[in-house]
Order: sequence, then structure tokens, then C-alpha cells
Amino acid sequence: MIVAEQKPVEEIWRVIAPYERVLLLGCGTCMTVCGAGGEREVSFLNGALRVAQAKSSDGIHSFLEYTVKRQCDFEFLDLLADKVNEVDAILSLGCGIGVQVVAERFPDMPVLPGVNTSFMGMAKEWGVWDERCAACGDCRLAETAGICPITRCTKGILNGPCAGTKNGKCEANKDMDCAWILIYKRLERLQQLEKMRRYYPPRNFRVIPRPRRIVMKADVEPGEDND
Amino acid sequence: MTNSLFEEKLNSDGFLVTTEIGPPKGADVSEMVHHIDLLKDKVDAINVTDHQSSVMRFPSLGGCLLVKERGGEPILQITCRDRNRLALQADLLLAYSRDIKNVLCLTGDSVDVGDHKEAKPVFDLDSVQLLKMAREMESGKDMGGNELKGAPQFCLGASVHPEADFIEPQLVKFEKKITAGAQFFQTQGIFDLESLRRFMQYASQFNVKILAGIIVLASARMARYMNDNVPGIIVSQATIDELANVEKGKGLQKGIEIASRLIKTIREENLCHGVHIMAVGNEGIVPDILETA
Repeated sequence: MIVAEQKPVEEIWRVIAPYERVLLLGCGTCMTVCGAGGEREVSFLNGALRVAQAKSSDGIHSFLEYTVKRQCDFEFLDLLADKVNEVDAILSLGCGIGVQVVAERFPDMPVLPGVNTSFMGMAKEWGVWDERCAACGDCRLAETAGICPITRCTKGILNGPCAGTKNGKCEANKDMDCAWILIYKRLERLQQLEKMRRYYPPRNFRVIPRPRRIVMKADVEPGEDND
Repeated sequence: MTNSLFEEKLNSDGFLVTTEIGPPKGADVSEMVHHIDLLKDKVDAINVTDHQSSVMRFPSLGGCLLVKERGGEPILQITCRDRNRLALQADLLLAYSRDIKNVLCLTGDSVDVGDHKEAKPVFDLDSVQLLKMAREMESGKDMGGNELKGAPQFCLGASVHPEADFIEPQLVKFEKKITAGAQFFQTQGIFDLESLRRFMQYASQFNVKILAGIIVLASARMARYMNDNVPGIIVSQATIDELANVEKGKGLQKGIEIASRLIKTIREENLCHGVHIMAVGNEGIVPDILETA
């Protein structure tokens, strides 16, 4: 899933300042799971913004709350059409994708980000999320025992650990495991150390040029918006 | 074959001595030039570091040009931290065109340990890929497969960490570096000769020259600081204790004594093919070490 952190209320307060009526828009998928922008967080933020307003002399704002199932899909945004007519701006608590899809769907409406989108990852334990995938477009996990060096090595290097690893940790952060030590140990356990000895060539950053697009290869009818 | 002076020495049976110079933070190169003059005739080659510990400095290529200018033999340290494959190849072409043919290929420290922590880390290549790229350029092609007008020739080196606390993956990488084209290795700092002996028992099967890295410590505090903050350095407790037991102000003297002792033993016991002295900011004392060793 995509993991994000809500921006500080002070920053949110500053970006919504020019708008009187603001829709606080949550997202029911990743942002709900990582606790950055689901229905609950929208409600908490609404409360926090009201408190901020009570303390400030900065105009009178009204806030509307709503959470869609997924902001990254036009299909779920159609439900918003009526609500959008009643506001001057949307504060999206969706990830960076959500913000942009909402902006694309409502071209006349200012859409502001309420979270900092951080990474794709997993819940390691309650309240702790760890990055796991860099979406590089050229997955090599079969060669690295299911542990991604591009994401989990701070340098993203492909041919084994650098000399900075100490006590199994990374030179950049002593709390962070060295990905290459993890890879070596797991390859050893799987009796696949020969994969460690192979030469891996430099990454191909053109696997899919940016911004990336994937078009389904079968049963797809090109639509107007898909040119 | 590049026929660089250093490569000729590598191919001889002599005990090799290299050292390194960290370029200044700023455009005033007078102290660096002074150190070059002091060292150039006393060692077989002088490495110039490439933003060591990710601290922005005068460039290693610029330092190597100065070494050439003063009549010394430079080893260009080049890391993958700050340059993508275009810039790395371009720098190698420039180096070769100015007769800088010895290149130490390194991955580079993490940006997080340096003084520009918000910089974008590049790491388009790693050290193994960098070695291979340099070798491929020698065949007259760039990494994109395009023909080079004038192919360079290099004497390539790399680093290895015989005192790593988990050595096996480091040895796997060492072998990859040899396959990729490394002719010589300058090791990370050695403090415990037992680990060097063990490493050499294994490494002597390969046709490469190993120069043991000797770090000159100036105090127990510096040793502990390096243990905590400098990637790839593990100073042994015995060394720290030895440094801690001298009176105030005598730390560097002790450090020189320890370094000289290590070098002497390595040379006498013929443990490896040479030493690489890293005086980290105290370049001026390298001649003293060589005299005592």
C-alpha cells in the first residue's frame, strides 16, 4: 500500500486560508490503512481546524467532510460532483495520486494536498510502516531472495554490500538493517548463494520512461482520454 | 596495460607504499600542494579522495592534476555517489587525457554521513559496475555502445574490508571486483593483523596486489568517533586502549608509533604487497611514519 503522513495542521491552515468553504476529502483505501487520511482522520482534522479557527482572526471557514472509497479512480469521484459545487477548494487527504486525480476530475476547483506521500510499504507492526518497493519497473526480487536492494539499501546498489555495514546495520542509519546482509543470509538459507556471486549490470532507468504509463495488452479499447 | 608508473611498480615485486590526500574545503590549494611536494618522492602513488565521507571539497580530479603538475603519481579516487554514468565516463576520459591513469573505483559513502545531507544521492552504478564500465571503455566503446574517438587505458583499483564484522559477503564482492577488472586493492583500515593474515590466506589465490590500509589515529577520542561515524572503520579495542593510555598531547605520536609498527610487521612478515597510509588530515606526518617503519 501507499504510506503517507498528514501534514502539520499549521501548514494545512496556511494553504486553505484563502478559501472560505473547504471540502476535507478522505480516501478509503491506503490512506485509511496507514492512518494519514481516512474517514477518522478527516474528522479529527475537521476538529483541529475548527480549534485553529477559534484561535485565529483569519476569516471564517466552513468545512465539509467526505471520504470516498478511492481517490485514485474517477469512478469514485463522480459521487462528489454535488458537494464540489458547495465549496471553494478541496483539501485532499489522498496520496499524491489522489490529489492529482481529483484535480483532473474537477478542473475548475483548487485541490490542495493534506498529506506528504512517503512510500510504498507495509505495516511492520502497529504504528510502524516500512518501505518495501520503489516501483522501479524491473523487479529483481527473484535474484535477491525476496528482499529489494533498490528500496532497502540506502544506495540501491546491486552487487553486494558496501564496506559501511556494521553489526548488520546500514552506515546511513544505525537502526536500519543492511539490505545486503539480509539478502546474503536469506540466500544462504535458501542455498542460493550463487545468486550473490553473479554480476548484475547497471539498472535500466528507461524500463518505462517517466511519467510511466501501462496499457493493458489485451481486450482494451482505446478511449478518448487514453491517447 | 597503461604503463603508468604505478602499474609498473604493481607488476614488480617491491613493497608498495601509497598514501592519500584529502583536498581542501575551498579554493586555496596551497596546503595540498605543500603536502604533495612533501610526499611525492616518498611514496609510489598518492590517492586523491573524492568528497571523502560525503563532505564537499575541491574535486579529486583537480587534486590529481595538481599531483601531476608537481611531478607525482596520482591515483584518482572516483565514487558513484555524485555522478551518473555519463559524468563518470566523462571524468574518466578527462583523467586519461591528462595522463591520470590510476583509478580507484569506489561506491562512495552515503550522503547521510556528510555535510550536504539533503543532496540527491546518485548511485547510478556501484563499484563493481564502475570497474566494468572503465574496462569496457578501454575496448573503445562507451556504455551506450557508441564508439569512442580515442580509447583510454587504466590501471584499476578497488577497496576491500578485511575487518568487516561479517566478512563473507564482502569477499563475494571482492571476487566480483576482480572479475570486473580490479588489479589492486587498497583495504579499509587494518588494526588487527590477524584479520589481515586470515584475509591474505584467502586473497593470495588471486592475481591482484593488496595494499593494507593504515589509518593514523591521533587520539582515543578520534578512534571512538571514527568507529561511530565513519563508514567502514572498525578500530580494535586494543588500539583504542593503547591510545587512551598516553599522556595528553601525545596521542598523535602514539598514533604514528602504532601505524609504523603495523607497517613494519606487514613488511617484515611479507603479509601483503604493500600499505596505503591514510593520515586523515595529518598528511604532513606520513614521512615520519615511513622513516620509523
